[in-house]
Amino acid sequence: MKVALVGNPNTGKSTLFNVLTGLRQKIGNFPGVTVDKKVGFFRLPDGRNVQLLDLPGTYSLYPKSKDETIVFEVLADKKHPVHPDLVIIIADASNLKRNLLLYTQLADLKIPVIIALNMMDMARKGGIDIDVNELSKRLGVQVVPISARQEENIDKLKEAISNASSVALQIDTIEVEALAPELISQIKHELGIANSYAALQIAHQHQNIHFLTARQSQRISELLDQSLFYSQKLQAEETIARYSFINDVLFDAVTIRKEEVIKESISNRIDEVLTHRIWGFTIFFGILFLIFQAIFAWSEFPMTLIENFFVWAAGISRTWLPSGVLADLLIDGVLAGLGGVLIFIPQIAILFAFISILEDTGYMARVTFMMDRIMKKVGLSGKSVVPMIGSLACAVPSIMSTRNIESWKDRIITIMVTPLVSCSARLPVYTLLISLVVPDTKVWGLINMQGLAMMGMYLIGFVSAILVAWIMKQVIRSRERGYFIMELPVYRIPRWSNVALTMYEKVKTFVFEAGKVIIAVSIVLWVLATYGPPGRQAAAQQQYLSQDYVQKYSAEEIQSLQSSAKLENSYAGILGKLIEPSIKPLGFDWKIGIALITSFAAREVFVGTMATIYSVNGDDQQSVRQKMSRARNDTTGQPVFTVAVAWSLMLFYAFAMQCMSTVAIVYRETKSWKWPVIQIVYMTGMAYLAGLIVYQILK
Amino acid sequence: MKLSQLEPGQSGIIKEFTDLEMSVKLMEMGCLPGESIVVERYAPFGDPIAITVSGYQLSLRKKEASTIILQKP
Repeated sequence: MKVALVGNPNTGKSTLFNVLTGLRQKIGNFPGVTVDKKVGFFRLPDGRNVQLLDLPGTYSLYPKSKDETIVFEVLADKKHPVHPDLVIIIADASNLKRNLLLYTQLADLKIPVIIALNMMDMARKGGIDIDVNELSKRLGVQVVPISARQEENIDKLKEAISNASSVALQIDTIEVEALAPELISQIKHELGIANSYAALQIAHQHQNIHFLTARQSQRISELLDQSLFYSQKLQAEETIARYSFINDVLFDAVTIRKEEVIKESISNRIDEVLTHRIWGFTIFFGILFLIFQAIFAWSEFPMTLIENFFVWAAGISRTWLPSGVLADLLIDGVLAGLGGVLIFIPQIAILFAFISILEDTGYMARVTFMMDRIMKKVGLSGKSVVPMIGSLACAVPSIMSTRNIESWKDRIITIMVTPLVSCSARLPVYTLLISLVVPDTKVWGLINMQGLAMMGMYLIGFVSAILVAWIMKQVIRSRERGYFIMELPVYRIPRWSNVALTMYEKVKTFVFEAGKVIIAVSIVLWVLATYGPPGRQAAAQQQYLSQDYVQKYSAEEIQSLQSSAKLENSYAGILGKLIEPSIKPLGFDWKIGIALITSFAAREVFVGTMATIYSVNGDDQQSVRQKMSRARNDTTGQPVFTVAVAWSLMLFYAFAMQCMSTVAIVYRETKSWKWPVIQIVYMTGMAYLAGLIVYQILK
Repeated sequence: MKLSQLEPGQSGIIKEFTDLEMSVKLMEMGCLPGESIVVERYAPFGDPIAITVSGYQLSLRKKEASTIILQKP
């Protein structure tokens, strides 16, 4: 049996979904939109299995964003693979009037429906008494009062599901045909559908609906033109009619005790502090700092554990597997790639724990409320603040967290600029290069030059992100009209099992969806850095076995000289030499070219690659730095890492999209290659330009 | 009088809207002609504003609030 869960945002919909299905959840894709298709499973008392679909929260079947069209599509299209046999609509009892608007729309689609009336206790405390039987009688549907948080009456809801009839029995809410009699019958005839309200909705939404063919949509456009259809006016009429029906029902089913509005005033009092112009921002920045600290510092220990585990696993595999190409592929390619995916788990889990708490408590809506004015100016949403701060640690979880930005345009812009903020992977690169060219001295006795340079790099990241956001705001065209009408939900204690499930779900999504791309790319990178044209690598290694070298160097030194030669003659090395002419204006030689290529795995790989190229044993920063500072250009004999080169390189790393995990997650979040490709192109362009300018000025 | 002209703590009753497209969105959110509105607070930078309508709190920008015309007291 297929059931869909529908409801307004902030009604406890996902809590109910989690309570009903627990861990038996699966996330897939709806084609064409960026909403996840969340499906869960549970068993009814009568033994039947239910497949429960969680549809995005919405106030109305008229979508406010592209993603919300999915609700109508799934419910109206009988051929849709997840079209439900029954709809559960969850309604907030303390806010019943607005919640019933969506109910009346669903009811008119003539799908069997049950109302789950959530938060009855809050309604009662707020002075609202609901006569459930009367409500049920007036609407002609089963109404089950539940508490999703306390898991109360969930068995009653399951019973109601088993008792539900397979035909829609609800009472008609408004006279749909009266709104546009001729047009509705024409559309019904044209598309061969029976439901009048579906026909009316199609009239309004036909341009965005996937289940219509281009011809059908064209035909409907013609019908609309003939009948002088005025979408907004008709929608306004419909909404007024619906509310008048609702008011009638509620007049009989609800009594309001005037004397108490306690719960709300508590929320109000909290808001006086949390959105205060001084306290509000103090607390907000405190929370941001805590989040930043957490992703940065708390994740270090588990990340080291994961890293060590993979080092250990690689070691074990080396001893067990017969050495050869297959072992190399498995260990250096697949296992290393897997490690590269799993290493993100702590950061993703921590960021989503915070975000889920902020969302659950209702605080996130206040953040949006406070920051809207500033963020709007640069084309971002108030909700972009948390991802931007999060990306100081890592862009990957931050990009995943942009899900809660409703406006498509705001969300895309946030995703596009987030990787410009300096993440923790750039830190080792900056540290190495700064220590190479910036003197460790103090100006005016207190400001450390190296610290100042580091701060400068972080500032550049932030400023460029804001500038690019502002430019994108002008460039990206969007059919959505920019408006801001947002519910401020009542403050609540977070539900910890929701928090845990969110963490689990996000980690799972990342590992299984972005993980595929990351492992594939890391195998490709490994092949590039390990193999070269036949014979070339062997020949290059061979020269170090001659008597001259063996006498002059220790076995260890010869080994690192060999691995350096091997890298130089690998495909990556050849590619590095190939791109040398194009990166020469930035002051980079082919060795840096190799690092640019291998850094696509992750930016910090730069340090390791430098170590290999300059034949350093291990990648201890100290010795890498010494080797790099002694490096001389083969032809001119001048130092390679001059001040100009180091700064050009740092700026290149500040801007360039050198992170396959970010590319993979942008692909997964936007569900197309268009945006990751645009991102790679514009960021690489910026990086190149910045490197070029700085090098040409400083050299 | 427009909703955007109210100070925090003041209230009014919705009379009509000046923008049809916005009115559709606002009505869906429970801002219907005849409903009373209380302005709760302004955001720290003066925009958006928070109102109570139909028994819950809603925030909207001043630009949107200026499309809501209130009845004369």
